[in-house]
Amino acid sequence: MRAVTWQGRHKISVETVPDPEIVNPRDAILRVTSTAICGSDLHLYDGHIPGMRAGDVVGHEFMGEVVEVGASSTLKKDQRVVVPFTISCGQCFFCERQQYSACDNSNPSETRDASELMMGHAMGGAFGYAHLTGGYAGGQAEYVRVPYSDVGPVVIPDGMPDDDVLFLSDILPTGWQAAVNADIEPGDTVAVWGCGPVGLFTIQSALLLGAARVIAIDHFPTRLALARKYGAEILDYGEVDVREALDEMTGGIGPDACIDCVGMESHGFTVDNVLDQVKAKFYLATERPHALRQAILACRKGGRLSIPGVYGGFADKFPLGQLMEKGLTVKSGQTHVQRYTGDLLDMIRDGKFDTVSLISHHAPLEDAAEMYRHWHSEQDRYTKIVLRPGLEKGGVQAMQEMERA
Amino acid sequence: MSHFYKSSKSDPVLLAAAGVGLAAAGVGLALWKRSRSADSNSLSSAAPNWTKARSSDRALFGKSLLINRPRDELFAAWNVDRFPEFMENVAAVEDLGDNISKWTVKAPAGHEVTLVNQVTEVIEGEAIYWQSTSASDVANSGEVKFADAPGGRGTYVSLILAYDPPGGKLGGLAAKLLQREPEVQARRDLHRFKQLMETGEVTSNASPSARSSERPTEPHI
Repeated sequence: MRAVTWQGRHKISVETVPDPEIVNPRDAILRVTSTAICGSDLHLYDGHIPGMRAGDVVGHEFMGEVVEVGASSTLKKDQRVVVPFTISCGQCFFCERQQYSACDNSNPSETRDASELMMGHAMGGAFGYAHLTGGYAGGQAEYVRVPYSDVGPVVIPDGMPDDDVLFLSDILPTGWQAAVNADIEPGDTVAVWGCGPVGLFTIQSALLLGAARVIAIDHFPTRLALARKYGAEILDYGEVDVREALDEMTGGIGPDACIDCVGMESHGFTVDNVLDQVKAKFYLATERPHALRQAILACRKGGRLSIPGVYGGFADKFPLGQLMEKGLTVKSGQTHVQRYTGDLLDMIRDGKFDTVSLISHHAPLEDAAEMYRHWHSEQDRYTKIVLRPGLEKGGVQAMQEMERA
Repeated sequence: MSHFYKSSKSDPVLLAAAGVGLAAAGVGLALWKRSRSADSNSLSSAAPNWTKARSSDRALFGKSLLINRPRDELFAAWNVDRFPEFMENVAAVEDLGDNISKWTVKAPAGHEVTLVNQVTEVIEGEAIYWQSTSASDVANSGEVKFADAPGGRGTYVSLILAYDPPGGKLGGLAAKLLQREPEVQARRDLHRFKQLMETGEVTSNASPSARSSERPTEPHI
């Protein structure tokens, strides 16, 4: 089959690799119909995630049709399913508590040692995301093996197009959990750093969960325009001092909840971020947490900090005293996707989310290398890319001209 | 007498695991008996199997895992019949009677090591102890214990094994590099046991890659 592979920093290629096979009784094999490139795939692309190996098949946002099932799978051939990026057994201590991304069985015994050494405890498994999370092939491919297929995959009712439901695999539940973790109360002002796809779903979720106001922070006009379309007030950090603006908008107390949807590769030319960039260039640090630092300083006393943005290791110049003295509550973590997919599918059907207008491009799987380049370097024009294995090479379809803020 | 031996008439491979337990991997010398009360006047820590101070040069391995199944079920499954399902490197086993069994275990660089171990004590539902005999290539001993975890969380399964690393420190390093070190194998086998008991299968990341050395049906590092 054809598959998108990671070959090194800034090297993505589409290769012919063996087809996946059923290995365990609970497995299923899917023929992938749609698969998206995630913001966190850029962390792999930039070489910031340890534990990648040349030749890894990437991709953790995907859906498709069931073509083969193991003896214990509950899926049936020809069903259309969306697959959570987290691989979860459903039966360990963590899965029983719906902490699915912490699954204690999905990271195999061969790969969990390094993960345990680095994190203290082995991370759960995930598709297409480095060997610290299990070394599973991802879904940017024609076919994919899905372990524990009786627990994760969401069966999609007939008549719902791929674009409506594909993001149940990661970014919609991730945005939802980010807002849930902010413990939003009526009347709250919620500030969201980063208007990438996760930030855009966080904005929609925070409003659905009762926030009075959402203030979104970014510097790309197209992304800010989407944030405004979904109901947020917007701040372009290139134009305003974010902390002063947030204070001004909240009578001087700051936002009640702050959500970092940026993660380890903050943009911007502040002193702390330039220092971080220099250190990251020389591999002296992996984290560039400028947005998180700013969120801590901006948040109101006794407020809440939610961190869905991906970080990989140790951070410098972390405002720990500020966090403590202001009495902030912090919630974080990879998304417990399986916990939310049922409710979110219902909400999509009820029209509560706009899951489609953030997609800027549909592209053939064969054009993945070029799409990664665009996704990395043209973040204003490319707001979300969906790859389709069925499309002819070169058949990139840009959606209608996007509005700019 | 030991439940370990109840299938002594079955395929020798199935006996493989006897005594060695996860030690399949492994190998070792005398059981690291801890007598905390004897070697210290200070307050004891509440982790019963751990101390920073070592009174022996023998390699020692200990690992506890929470397994979300009842204690009796796990004790019953820690059984020669099922060892091949989760122990990776046992090549063959032969029952010598008197609770003694001879194990052929894969060792670094394609070699094999023979262990001759005797189960010395079984506490039904709680613990199994073993000790190598003089015929063993590698002197080793160990114990596996099962204890109820609080709050209905299942069972703490603890494995301790001690052994003389074959080839001394250098051999130990080589084994580590080849991922055939007893400690590595034992830790991984214990995780496989947990996976099997909780999920009904041993977790595998077997899947395609663009690396020609790998097959999509075999796990990889």
